Parts: sequence; structure tokens; C-alpha cells
Amino acid sequence: MGLSSEEWTAVTLTLRVALVACLCALPVAIAVAYLLARRNFPGKALLDALVYLPLVLPPVVTGYALLILFGRKGVIGAWLEQFGIVLAFRWTGAALAAAVMAFPLMVRAIRLAFESAETRLEQAASTLGAGPFWRFLTITLPLAFPGILAGFILAFAKALGEFGATITFVSNIPGETQTIATAIYTLIDIPGGEARALRLAAVSLVISFLALLASDVLSRREASGRRLSHD
Amino acid sequence: MIEIAVEKRLGSFNLDINLRLGERVTAIFGPSGAGKTTLLSLVAGLIRPERGRIVVEGRALFDSHAGINLPSHRRRIGYVFQDIRLFPHLNVAANLDYGRRALGLPRQATEMERVTALLDIGRLLKRRPSTLSGGEAARVAIGRALLGKPCLLLLDEPLASLDAARKHDILPYLRRLADEGGVPMLYVSHAEEEVRQLAQRIVRIDNGQVSGTD
Repeated sequence: MGLSSEEWTAVTLTLRVALVACLCALPVAIAVAYLLARRNFPGKALLDALVYLPLVLPPVVTGYALLILFGRKGVIGAWLEQFGIVLAFRWTGAALAAAVMAFPLMVRAIRLAFESAETRLEQAASTLGAGPFWRFLTITLPLAFPGILAGFILAFAKALGEFGATITFVSNIPGETQTIATAIYTLIDIPGGEARALRLAAVSLVISFLALLASDVLSRREASGRRLSHD
Repeated sequence: MIEIAVEKRLGSFNLDINLRLGERVTAIFGPSGAGKTTLLSLVAGLIRPERGRIVVEGRALFDSHAGINLPSHRRRIGYVFQDIRLFPHLNVAANLDYGRRALGLPRQATEMERVTALLDIGRLLKRRPSTLSGGEAARVAIGRALLGKPCLLLLDEPLASLDAARKHDILPYLRRLADEGGVPMLYVSHAEEEVRQLAQRIVRIDNGQVSGTD
């Protein structure tokens, strides 16, 4: 089953959008997950709710909110345009939409890793002279690494299939913002497009399946590593 | 000279300790639940007393009147925990080297050799903590604390998790540590025999209070 060049464009664009979205979201997700897992501060409940909001909002609402905020006339969008950064109707905007939609899943997995990591090892590091940041880098982060990786893969899988917020915010422009999901949506409406829609659906299935498989293998390896270290 | 005068309330438990210690090795001796580990945690800065003063070799670590409360990573207190707490993702060599790197000190091969020889852990350096026996792990934990260049070493029942035979294997190392380690030690235990072999002074603690010294 050969893909047409237009279909290949949609596939590579989807992978690029998902990868860029997850790589950019990762540091923010780690910081937010750490705050939520380990710190108490005023407004914590608010931050918590805000982070998980895209999970429960209709995606079209999230996309619309992005359009209002990051559109060329939006509060943030107009400001960014001074620096020549335009997100609306660009692939970078698709990455932003995917990042926002995948963010809650990423934060949730990483937060769990931080919550289950034992503070007693951080205490030991502290008595050896390690300040808070060094402790985080050398103890907390490496021990949470499997959870961070799992969160990354889960978010990547989510970003691959993001539809509602993407099409609302950046539309469905072939070669610029048309991902696998929006391409399938278009093809279904075209007479005789079913075969191509099916091909893309198959590609989407394979990619998602591989991502899930990778996350399963990694979590298994982690589980056996834990068993070893508790012997 | 070590001066510890602290009050700490934990739920219905009240710790009120006043000690001045000049000996090389002081044993803190008492039944479980007496507050021995709490006392060490206060000295190490892992928990904060309500009131009091902790001074080690003329350096105030905590003083509620003067508003001094050094965070634990600035106290230079070595702590060998009862549950050992080696870092599972680092090998023995990296565990031993952790304190030096955290403090940003230059590498000192002679010091590393001295400590690994003292505790006989030189051949374990490449191993992961999960592959060590209980006695080996305890010795590595002691070495790690010692290499952090502490001005006081706290040992919280380092032998508690070992069977009788292993205890006898480790006691000589602890005696050497007391003689050659060059660091004053607070040694917590509820086993009288261990304490008698190691300490010049024994402080008995019961129910959060000093009940006697000898």
C-alpha cells in the first residue's frame, strides 16, 4: 500500500507536530508535576484544575480558547507577532494545540512518579551536602525517569491523534496543518476517498500501537528493575 | 564539643534533651520509641525542634534565640541511616563519591583509599547497591557518610538489620572507625553489647528524656 506524497506529508507532519509538542511540553510538565506532587502553595488547587482542564473540556472549546489567545489578534498572539512568531494556521500552532491537549496526561504520569519516589533518599543526599537543586538533578529526576518516559510516550500518542482543538485553532491546510486525523476527516467527505482514508487510518493504527508497545516494554523493564533493587 | 539542648513535640510524644558531649564516641542507648532517631534527625536538620540550641565544635547549627537554623545540606553532619538508604541508581563508587561532588570538592584519591581500606569495600566499587549483602551495604553507607567530610557522624543502629554473625563481622570496622576515623560519633543502639564495645560514654534515653549517663 503506497502512500501518495500528500498522504506522506500528512504522516510526517503529524510526527513532527507530536514530537515538537511533547519536547516543548516536557520541561513545563516536569516543573508543574513537581510542584503539584511535592509543594504546598496558595492557588495549588487552581493550578491543578487548570492543568487537567483540557482533559474534560470539549476539544473545540480548547481550540477556540487558543484561537482567542494565540490568534493573530489574540492577546498573546499579537504580542508574539512583534517577534515574528505566528501560530494561527501554522504547523507550530498545531504543535501548540497538541501540547495543550497532551499536557494533562504527561503531568499525571510524571506527578505519580514524583509522588511515589521516596523522600528518604533525598534526605540522605541532603545530609551529604546536596542542596535542593542538586538533589533534584541527581536523585529525584533519575529515579522518576521511567515515569517521565511513560508520560512522554502517552502524551506523544495523544498528540498524534489530536483533532478537535487542532482543526479549530489551525484549520486543515494540506502541507501546513493537515495531520493524519484531519486528513482522514477530509477524505471521508470526498467521493472515492474511502480507500485513502483507510490507508491513513491503518498508518495511524500502527503508530499508536507501536507507542503503546514501547510504553509497555519500558514500564515492564522498570518494574523488574524495582524488584531487583529491593532484593 | 557537642551541645544539644532541644525540645520537640511530635503528637503526644515529647522530646526534651539537654546534653554536652566531649567524648569521641557517645552512645545513645534506650528502648525503641524512646526518641533516639528523633534526636538524630534533629541534629541532622531533617526535622526542626520547637526550641533550643545545637552546637557542634563551636558552630551553631540551630539556635532558636538567635534565629539560626542551618538546612541539613549545610550542616556537615554525616548520617548513617538505620535503613541504609544507598542510592539505587548509582554504583558503590558513585555512592561513595556523592558527598564530594555535591560539595564541589576536588577529588582526593588518598582519602577514598583510606576509607575504602578502613571499611574493606574496595572490591565492591563497581557493584550496584541491590547486589550487596546487608553487611556490605552498611559498610558502604558508613563510608559514604565519612567521605562527606562531616564534623559529626550519626549512626542509627547500623547493625540492627544484620544477624548475629554479621554483627560480629562489622563491629571491628566500627571500632576502627571510632579509633581512626577522626570524626566524633553519636551511636544510637538498643544493644548494650555493641555500645559497651564502642563508646566512651553512654547516654540513656527513655520516653524523650535523658534518664542517665555513664
